Amino acid sequence: MTDLPEDVILSVEDLQTHFVFRGFVARSVEGVTFSLTRGKTAAIVGESGSGKSVTSLSIMRLLSSPGQIAGGRILYRARDGRVLDLARLSAREMRRIRGREIAMIFQEPMTSLNPLFTVGDQIGEMITLHQPVGRAEARRQVIELLDLVEIPAAATRLDDYPHQMSGGMRQRVMIALALACRPSLLIADEPTTALDVTVQAQILDLLRRLQSELGMSILFITHNLGVVAEIAHDVVVMYAGRVVEQASVRTLFAHQKHPYTKGLLASTPNPGRDLAGSERQRLTPIPGTVPSITALPPGCVFEPRCGYAIPECRAGRPPLFPAGPDHFSRCIRHEIM
Amino acid sequence: MARYILNRIIGVIVVLFIVATVVFVIVRVTPGDPAAVMLGPDATAADIADLRIRLGLNQPIPVQYLYFMGGLLRGDLGQSIFLNEPVLTALGQRAEPTFFLTIFSILIACAIALPVGILSAYKRGSVFDQVVTTLAMLSASIPSFWLGLVFIEFFAVKLGWFPTSGYGGPGDSFLSRMHHLVQPAVTLGLVNSALIIRFVRASMLDVLGDDYVRTARSKGMGEARVVLKHALKNALIPILTVIGLTTALLISGAIVTETVFGLPGVGSLIVSAVTRRDYPVIQGALLVIAALYVLINFAIDMLYLVVDPRVSY
Repeated sequence: MTDLPEDVILSVEDLQTHFVFRGFVARSVEGVTFSLTRGKTAAIVGESGSGKSVTSLSIMRLLSSPGQIAGGRILYRARDGRVLDLARLSAREMRRIRGREIAMIFQEPMTSLNPLFTVGDQIGEMITLHQPVGRAEARRQVIELLDLVEIPAAATRLDDYPHQMSGGMRQRVMIALALACRPSLLIADEPTTALDVTVQAQILDLLRRLQSELGMSILFITHNLGVVAEIAHDVVVMYAGRVVEQASVRTLFAHQKHPYTKGLLASTPNPGRDLAGSERQRLTPIPGTVPSITALPPGCVFEPRCGYAIPECRAGRPPLFPAGPDHFSRCIRHEIM
Repeated sequence: MARYILNRIIGVIVVLFIVATVVFVIVRVTPGDPAAVMLGPDATAADIADLRIRLGLNQPIPVQYLYFMGGLLRGDLGQSIFLNEPVLTALGQRAEPTFFLTIFSILIACAIALPVGILSAYKRGSVFDQVVTTLAMLSASIPSFWLGLVFIEFFAVKLGWFPTSGYGGPGDSFLSRMHHLVQPAVTLGLVNSALIIRFVRASMLDVLGDDYVRTARSKGMGEARVVLKHALKNALIPILTVIGLTTALLISGAIVTETVFGLPGVGSLIVSAVTRRDYPVIQGALLVIAALYVLINFAIDMLYLVVDPRVSY
């Protein structure tokens, strides 16, 4: 159908996702392009409103009305070797991919599980949906999955309802649910944001361990650069619906080639660095706020908040410039960074 | 749990005691004298006075009240003044049409309201949704007696599909009696479906945007299962509440419908008891209806327990 390099499992090309309200269009995702290598973790980083969650929901085709994919391709290499364009797959074919090949975990473990069914039922449902197994076998697999995500006393906890569990436990249940059919790709949309820091670290550990055991690829959506450093191999930085910088995690933390990424890093607390000198280092916030997606500035969308801006920045939307090996920046001044 | 049920039972007794008292007072402050009504316009004052003594109506009101309450405690609703039989027997004989009318009406109302309300919420903003919302408003404002008369005119008189009124003769089969109930049940069901449709639609809209619905979709299941299993169950508590309330209202609403369709049910028994000032029958019937109200509410509260594991009493 379409070719995709052998080691790439997902390739998003020029994705456009729009929300149309009564003839008026919000371009939440505008020309997003990135790819994910098999067995690796790519992180999409950005503030709220940057389009990172909309991108992940577009891949899963779970956008709620009036959101719709208006253009671009989402190429995915299925288990049978076919390369599918998820943006154009029929609803029926998409249902066979969802859960079975691509699974998703969400930000709010408190509300993402159905309060009226036991966690065992909810995980078991995923198993029986995609595999020809009976109830007893499904139950056995559920216990195995709960063990896998390190829930103690799995054989009894599966009869619990979500409200009987803590936030961290529920997120483990969500992960068990997502892994039920051993997906090739796991999309994790801010899975640790709602959790306490210690629990957050445990969940990241768990995801890393599961990735090496099961060999799945992970697309990790977050606004937290600390989390990115922990888990990602490659990073995509998004701002106002666009990719502004893209690199491997080491490259990105070593040399940022876009002022937004620089600003994001400067406004991220880092206890080691901040207390290293005799004086406490101050965080440097990015001035201003994220522009409304319906009232973007002309030219570079980051220009109004950018300390490096020059008049040329307003001349037009900059393309993604190559800024090094496998490193891209949407800044006309990337060379001076 | 046991404590909760005990509290509820005490609550029921208190409510019924209050209802009994209020009914007793209201019946006696309405003008009219059963003895005078019973004996007709030609009766002499002496005849009336004589009958009042036999009926116990000459006693002071507080004494009558004590007799009434004492009877209630023994499970005795008293003796009908006109029917010459215990009130409980009279109610029992009239219970069948009212019972089946209520059951059929609520079943018809739910059979209409659940699918229509769910689809309307699912297709929010569509032409279907707008038509449903408008029709539901319209049918909620149609009086059931008027709709009943239209049905009689069309289906019974013009088409002859159903009897115009009544509940069949004493020798009629059960099936024939139920045949008499079709029109009144459809009338009541239609009118009452409107409110339920609005509740189903509103509570489905509430849950369809919830995160766990998205989770269900992310598992790769079909829309029907997402909506009917994961969303509907969460929308069920307000829906059950309104179905319970509607059922309770149907019992008292039967008074009008039974009159229009000439059904010999509890409703028409109450109407004739009121016109004849048959105090014990009015009291007894209203008490029984109040008790059913309370029982239905209690049953709905128990259903919450079945639906939602987070509810505990």
